[in-house]
Amino acid sequence: MIPVGALADIPIGEAIRVEADVPIAVFRVAAEDSDGADSTVYAIDDTCTHQKASLADGWLDGCKVECPLHSACFDLRTGLPDGPPAKVPVRTHRVVVVDGMVYLQVPTSVPATVESLPEEEVA
Amino acid sequence: MTTSVTVVGASLAGVSTARALREQGFDGRLTLVGDEPHPPYDRPPLSKDYLAGTAERAELDLLTSADDALEVDWRLGCTAVGLDTAGRAVLLAGGERLVSDAVVIATGARARRLPGPTPAGVHTVRTVDDATALRAELVPGARLVLIGGGFIGAEIASTARALGVDVVVVEALATPLAGPLGADIGRVCAGLHADNGVRLLTGVGVERVLGDGRVRAVRLVDGRELPADVVVVGIGATPCVDWLAGSGLAIDPVGGGVRTDAHCATDVAGVLAVGDCASPYRRYAGGGLRLEHWTNALKQPATAAATLLGRPGAPSPDHEVPYFWSDQYDSRLQFAGHRVDGDQVEIVEGDVEARNFLAVYRRNGEPVAVFAMNRPRPFGRWRRDLAGRATAPV
Repeated sequence: MIPVGALADIPIGEAIRVEADVPIAVFRVAAEDSDGADSTVYAIDDTCTHQKASLADGWLDGCKVECPLHSACFDLRTGLPDGPPAKVPVRTHRVVVVDGMVYLQVPTSVPATVESLPEEEVA
Repeated sequence: MTTSVTVVGASLAGVSTARALREQGFDGRLTLVGDEPHPPYDRPPLSKDYLAGTAERAELDLLTSADDALEVDWRLGCTAVGLDTAGRAVLLAGGERLVSDAVVIATGARARRLPGPTPAGVHTVRTVDDATALRAELVPGARLVLIGGGFIGAEIASTARALGVDVVVVEALATPLAGPLGADIGRVCAGLHADNGVRLLTGVGVERVLGDGRVRAVRLVDGRELPADVVVVGIGATPCVDWLAGSGLAIDPVGGGVRTDAHCATDVAGVLAVGDCASPYRRYAGGGLRLEHWTNALKQPATAAATLLGRPGAPSPDHEVPYFWSDQYDSRLQFAGHRVDGDQVEIVEGDVEARNFLAVYRRNGEPVAVFAMNRPRPFGRWRRDLAGRATAPV
């Protein structure tokens, strides 16, 4: 587990970049359901799969981030791009929040592919 | 009722047109003509990662398996040589006539060359074959002279420098990039060359390239000779519209593109034009303006497809606020909006010397364009803000 920092230090609607083996982008988005939390934290590989750009610098719109360079959009929940120019999903990573602190589960998975995702999540 | 469409040009604008037509429900016959033999590929990496050898050929491919569903009749390696508007036919070299209900012209642009014959070792970079040929000559210690300090020239200079090539850039203007960025920001960008050990000569033209068989030097108009093993000519691009001669389509006398309205329609019914070869009406320009931006080629086809299918909508924010980027050395340059001489430029964030800043261009006090060097996050906010202003009801 990689400590990311205090949840309160990530404003809702913003992202931070974490330097792991590969850079990871951690996003805090306004919660969509009423489970008591005001936000949900997601983590994906920071580097766009299209061409080199940091997704943490991208535009967050709901559960999607738009790459700051060529506007490729990725779903933070699945890592899937919603169309060109990206062709390949970004990896998603597990995030846990304990006592107001955010932790990342170190990636050990192989890069995600469309085939490896649950069927209902394939666009 | 449109039941068949021929798209001429199989690069980003042509492929995006095919995708947009299918996305918008067109289920008729779709033919794509491309003069290069290669499957469609992305061009921006040709001066960057592909030239550097850090991106493989396959990474350039525009198509994925999802595009199989487009059911396109591909005519790759076929050159269009004429358009018969009355018969709605595209004429191919070899004599074939492709007849369809509508034609979308997406033939792009080609690199401008020096006049007359040139010796071996003189390159332009527009196609993947061009980039492959140049890459083979960018060996450590080679002496490269770049003719032209625009975006292509600067990107190739930066890639070549990282490969250990000895680079000189020659720019005819006093300040490189003064056209697109203005002199102030152009000067800052030009500083990247010196930061990285590349010599930049400005305000001097090239007389000719010297060498028998193989290039040996570049002679400048002031008499200086720059020894060269390799030369790249980066002096702009010309729209590929000569094949339309005699078709009756209006060509913009300024930019040389096919004239269209803001919805990509030419003045001939059923004939549209998109991408680098088109000069669509742009409100902010008060007339036709041809752009060679990647994002324009990616996004404009959605507008063309809607027009072709009889549902023209409002032009997209990308039409109103054009965007481009450039990667030079370790810096990322981004620009959005429309700049003209006389606009006031203000650095609103960061530090020019640190090569990390954001500048806003204002006209009559109103922001009209934004430039960022290594500052993507606030740039994205400004770009959206400009798009919101440009598309707001008047």
